[in-house]
This record gives sequence, C-alpha cells and structure tokens, in this order.
Amino acid sequence: MLRRAAGWFDTRLGTSAFVQKALTKVFPDHWSFMIGEIALYSFVVLLLTGTFLTFFFDASTSHSVYRGAYEPLNGVEVSDAYRSVLELSFDIRAGLVMRQIHHWAALVFIGSIVVHLCRVFFTGAFRRPREINWVIGVLLLILAIFNGFSGYSLPDDLLSGTGLRIAYSIALSVPLIGTWMAFLLFGGEFPADEIIGRLFVVHIMIVPALIIGLLSIHLAVVWRQKHTQFREPGRTEGNVVGSRLWPSYTAKSIGLFFAVSAVLSVMGGLAQINPVWLYGPFEPQQVTSPAQPDWYLGWVEGALRLVPPFDVRLFGYEIPNPFFPAVLLPGVTFTLLLAWPFLEQRFAHDKEAHHLLDRPRDHPVRTALGATTLTFYTVMFVAASNDLIAKWLGASIFGITLIFRILILLMPPLVGWGTYRLMKALAASGAGHLSEMPLAALTNRGADGHGAHVDGGKGHGAAGPPGDGHAGNRLGAPAEEARTPGG
Amino acid sequence: MRRQRTSPPGSGVAMAFGFSAASSIALTVVYAFGGQPQLEGLLLGIALGGLAVGLVRWAQDLMPGGGYVEQRDTEMGGPAQSAAAVRSFERGEQEVQRRSFLGKALTAALGALGLAALFPIRSLGSAPGTSLEVTPWAEGIRVVTVDGEPVRPEELEIGGVLTVFPEGHLDAADAQTLLIHLAPGLYRPVSPAREGWAPEDFVAFSKVCTHAGCPVGLYQPAGHRLFCPCHQSIFDVLEAAVPIAGPATRPLPQLPLEIDADGFITAGGDYSGPIGPGYWSRPRA
Repeated sequence: MLRRAAGWFDTRLGTSAFVQKALTKVFPDHWSFMIGEIALYSFVVLLLTGTFLTFFFDASTSHSVYRGAYEPLNGVEVSDAYRSVLELSFDIRAGLVMRQIHHWAALVFIGSIVVHLCRVFFTGAFRRPREINWVIGVLLLILAIFNGFSGYSLPDDLLSGTGLRIAYSIALSVPLIGTWMAFLLFGGEFPADEIIGRLFVVHIMIVPALIIGLLSIHLAVVWRQKHTQFREPGRTEGNVVGSRLWPSYTAKSIGLFFAVSAVLSVMGGLAQINPVWLYGPFEPQQVTSPAQPDWYLGWVEGALRLVPPFDVRLFGYEIPNPFFPAVLLPGVTFTLLLAWPFLEQRFAHDKEAHHLLDRPRDHPVRTALGATTLTFYTVMFVAASNDLIAKWLGASIFGITLIFRILILLMPPLVGWGTYRLMKALAASGAGHLSEMPLAALTNRGADGHGAHVDGGKGHGAAGPPGDGHAGNRLGAPAEEARTPGG
Repeated sequence: MRRQRTSPPGSGVAMAFGFSAASSIALTVVYAFGGQPQLEGLLLGIALGGLAVGLVRWAQDLMPGGGYVEQRDTEMGGPAQSAAAVRSFERGEQEVQRRSFLGKALTAALGALGLAALFPIRSLGSAPGTSLEVTPWAEGIRVVTVDGEPVRPEELEIGGVLTVFPEGHLDAADAQTLLIHLAPGLYRPVSPAREGWAPEDFVAFSKVCTHAGCPVGLYQPAGHRLFCPCHQSIFDVLEAAVPIAGPATRPLPQLPLEIDADGFITAGGDYSGPIGPGYWSRPRA
C-alpha cells in the first residue's frame, strides 16, 4: 500500500529521492535546540484554539445587553465584543478553557521566542551563514509581540481599552504624520468605533499569515543549512551528529508538541488569566488601577514610566514625551537586533562561516554585551510595576521611580562588567561547567595578572578551533559511537 | 547503554498511552455533563501529557538514538555559479534595455497605479482638522454626571470629586472632566484670566492625562493631588493641575465654570488648551 502510494507520487513528482534523504536527515540532540520548537508548537496551539474562538467572537462596538450566566453583569448594556467574550467565558461549553489556553499560549509563544533568541545570540548561532534566519527570527518576534497586543485588545474590556488609549497616544506622538496615523488607524479621534473590527482582521488574518510565511522560510532555511552543533569529539564544521528524522527525532518532536500543549492545557484550565469580567466593560472615563500590559510589553511600559518629563518643541512643532520611550526606543532596539550579525562581523573581523557553536565564555565581549542589554530591558520591565512595588513596600512612588532611574543607568554596565570578568575566568579555568569552576579562578585573576589570561582566552575566540579548554567537555556521545548514514 | 529494567521494555510507554486514552474519555464525559473549565484543562493536559511521555520515552528508550553522522556543505553555491546566473539576467536585461522607451512607459504606468492604489488608505478615517483642539464644551453648557443629571453646587461636599460631561455629549471622551469642590479660599488663579473660573470654590480640569491619555482617575483630597494610574503622573490641583511627578509635562487643561440662573453648574467656555497627549502640530497653550 505504502509502496504503491510512494510509487504513484514518485512517477509523477519525483519525490522519492527527497523523501529518502529527508527521512535519514540528522538532527543534533541538545536541550537548547528545543526552545525554538516550543515557540513553534505554542504557535500551533494558538492557531487551533484561536480558530475555535473566532467562531464565537463578535468584533463590534455596537451595544447590546448581556444576558447570561455571569450574574454581576447580567442585564448590563455592553459592547458586542465584550458581550461575546463574556458568553464565550461563561455560557459556551469549553469556551473559557479555550480562551485561557489561547492567552497562555501567546505568553509562552513570545517567551520562548525571546529565550530562543538569547540561545542563538549567546552561542553565536547567528553568524555566517545564518544571518538570514536571525533577521527572519527578529521579524517574527516583532510580529508576535504585535499580535499579542492586538489579541488582548479585542475583548473591549477596561484594561485593554486603556491599552488602546495609550497606543493611540503613542501613534499621535510620531512626528509629522502622527495625527493622521492615529486617525486613520482608529477611524477618527479616540475612541472611534472602528478599531476593534480592524484589529480583529489584523489579529486573525494578516499577522498570522505573515507569521506562517516567515516561519515556513525560517524552517526551510534551517533545513537547507542544517543545524549548528556544540563542539565535541567527532563533530566538525563539516558534519552534523545526532538522531535521524525518522523515527526517533519525529517521535521526540511530536512528543514535545504534546508536552507543550499539555502544559498549556493545564495552565488554561487551572490558572486564571485576563479575567475581563472583573475589569468590566470599557468606558472612556474609567481606568483600572493597577494597569499593566502583558509581559512582553512590560519594557515599553517601564520606559514610559521612567523617562523624565520632557517634550521637544522646535519651530512651533512638538515631539511629545511618549515618542521617546514608546517609538524611538523600540525602533532602536529592533534595528540593532536586526543589524547585530552584520555589526559583529564588522567589529570582530569575522566573516567566516561557522557551524560549530560558541560557548558563552568563548566570546566574553559578546556575552557581556548580551548580559548588559538583557539587564537594561529587565530593569525597565520591573519598573513597569513601580506603583505595585511602592504599594508593597509602603514607599512613595517618587522614591521608587528615582531608584529605578538610577538602576537603569547603573545596573547594565555593572552586570556587563561582571559577566565579562566571569567569562574570562571561566575560559581560563578550563572548567566544563560554571558550577565546576573553582571560586579561586575568579578571585585570583587580579593577582595573576591580566595578560596571560587574555592570551589564553583568545585561543577560544570566535575564529579559532577548539582549544584545550574544551577537553573537559562532557556533552553527548563519544566519537567512537558515531555511525554513518545507512550504518 | 540501555537502562536495566524489571518490567518488559515499552510497558511504561503503553501505560502512558493508556493514561492518555482514559483521560480523553473522562474529558468527553465531563463535557457531556455540562463542562467544567478546571477539569477540562486538567484532563486535556493529562491526555496530551500521556502522549508526550509515551512518545518521548519510546524514542529515548526503544529507538536508535544519536550518533548518526551526516556531512554538510560548509559553503553553499560558488562564484562560478552565481556569475553564470548574473550573466543570464544581464542578457535578458539587455533585451529589455533595447526598448528603453517601453521600459520607461511601463515604470510610469506601474508608478501611477501604485499611487492610485494608495488613495483608499484615506478612507480609513476622518481628517484630524481641529478635532484635537476643540471639545463640545462651550459657554452655558450644563455640567452633567455620567447619568446625564445636571449638578448643583450643594450636591458635592467639600473635598468631593465628580466625573462630568457636557449636557448632550455623554459619549464625548475628549470632554470628560473632573469637577472638584475645594475648601473656601483655596483656589488660586494662575493667571488673571482664570480669576472667575471657580464659582463657589468649584474647579474643573480635563480628566484626560496630558502624557498618554489615560483618565486621571485618583484624587487625594488631603494633598489636592490627582494621580494617573497608568504611568504615575501626579498633578497639583491648587497650582492649576501642573504635573509634579511622573512623565507628564503639561498641566491638565482647566475648564472655566459658571452657575446659571437655575442654580446649575455650567461651563464658561472650552478648556484652557488642547486636552490630552501632545502631538506634532499642537498649538502652545
């Protein structure tokens, strides 16, 4: 049967050669390579649950009266969008669990993209020839964040309405075209009625289509270029060592899909998320307090809160304050992210192709820069809760904000410097893992004198072959066990 | 390499798949009896998790593992190949360039089409015009509550605050206003023009934050301060609502008040300046 089907397609499309090669394709086994797969499978869960939700959601701001199982809002006049989300949550069987799985999946999707990006960054997996996939990956991150925001803005509840109000103000702040941009996006002065319906189309059609397109290219490029791998005996720039696609990698990967969806299902069932019935319907003169966005916009929210109060006025025109934290900062962030592989090629003078990964210690400058950047965004993320922190500590919001303004300047260089020293010491100590490094390696460094260690570190640099520092590497199977395809 | 086991290989895998199937059946029962979100999530999780555990253990314990080697092309393509591709393109390009006039005409036609295709974008919204500078407030318009009730001074005690709209414009988000009753003698006009704006110690400020447009929802009567819950800007009501903390840069515009012949509070005109967040062409207030 299978033989006949294979023959049928092969004589028409010539598929068998490809299928034969594909089934024996080798994928390296390392836990960190699964993070991107977690993102992929969260996206699959998003598509499945999201499709269910579209059958019930009503993207309209016309008003009608909610009559359903949720007593506190029974008989209240609300927008159709909000009403349909209430019905979805309380009156449609399996509606709430689907909605909550969808929201959790969105948080995990973006989270795993960010962790995947960090993995690729700190191991140098973005280097030639993988710059294309780095750029596509960053574009996917931007699209994912945008679709997260457009998704949680749909229910027309008080919290998301506040988010849209801020988004409108950010659009207004763009120089020259901001006013027109805000009016065309929203259909007029806030709160114009068009935005929910438009965001719905963007959220369920335009952005998902772009994500599917870019994701397909992302995977095709990985397939074509083959995976990177960590340095180990038997692994070279010219080979890939690992499991075959069929059957072990297929089983493991499908197993991972089920694991991701299992965790998301349990979260969706047991952990309440975005309880829009508690926030109430959107009314322009009301606001929730506290008001925080979903986690992936926390850094923008924190930046909006931390930036000192200033506007720029030039020749009678104004660049309002929110432009700097909410337009300029994300613009610079994503531009630098997109440009990173090319910047590193230029400044590290390394245009060579690399298929063996760096360990973070092999490239202390890159690792330190990454730690600095992560610290910068983490401080902003935490600052997005300055009101909650002030409340918990019983401190004044003035004082807490001032402390965050100091931390944002102090912490990133401090963490960067510490990371650089740590990576240098780790490389010089030759320990297989950070936990195995003797503490003395760190404290002795000053007394030992820098020069010798810097030279020692260079041996592990981006361009060089593996040095002695890798001899203690405990990862994976020894070379003797390596089998050739067909063996 | 394999783990020593007492039970036959694969029994754990079979058990995981069995758990999964049992959980799926339980899920259909829960659904049939009306559904219960927590149970649905948990049972779906066990059904999927059983498949996950089974598949991963099957792969790890019973299938050939890592250690296969595949060669890779360390560099894709080559200079000769790309030179040939470029030559093929240039050969065709010469054919096109031989009819350079036609090429230019095609470019012009495509450009015109592209421009024409841009125009429908204009249909997406109304023109901003002066809509950001004006609100429905005007002299003589009564101040009403969110329920549309007009307000008499005696209805709001000292230290009290009320969200109000212009009568007949309850849906005008840009006209939302905080009506505050100050203790007698506290109002200090910041300019001579604002001297008569607080009849019977009532003042009114736009409720839309001048930073990012959130409703400035919290009033602390003791310190006469307004707080914006979004980005923690704080405004001093006694100093014409100037920002004293947070990212806001401009005071909340003030609404002049009057009391009409029937004893209701009315507006004495529009706000002292454009309300809400800044924008490129915002006139200086």
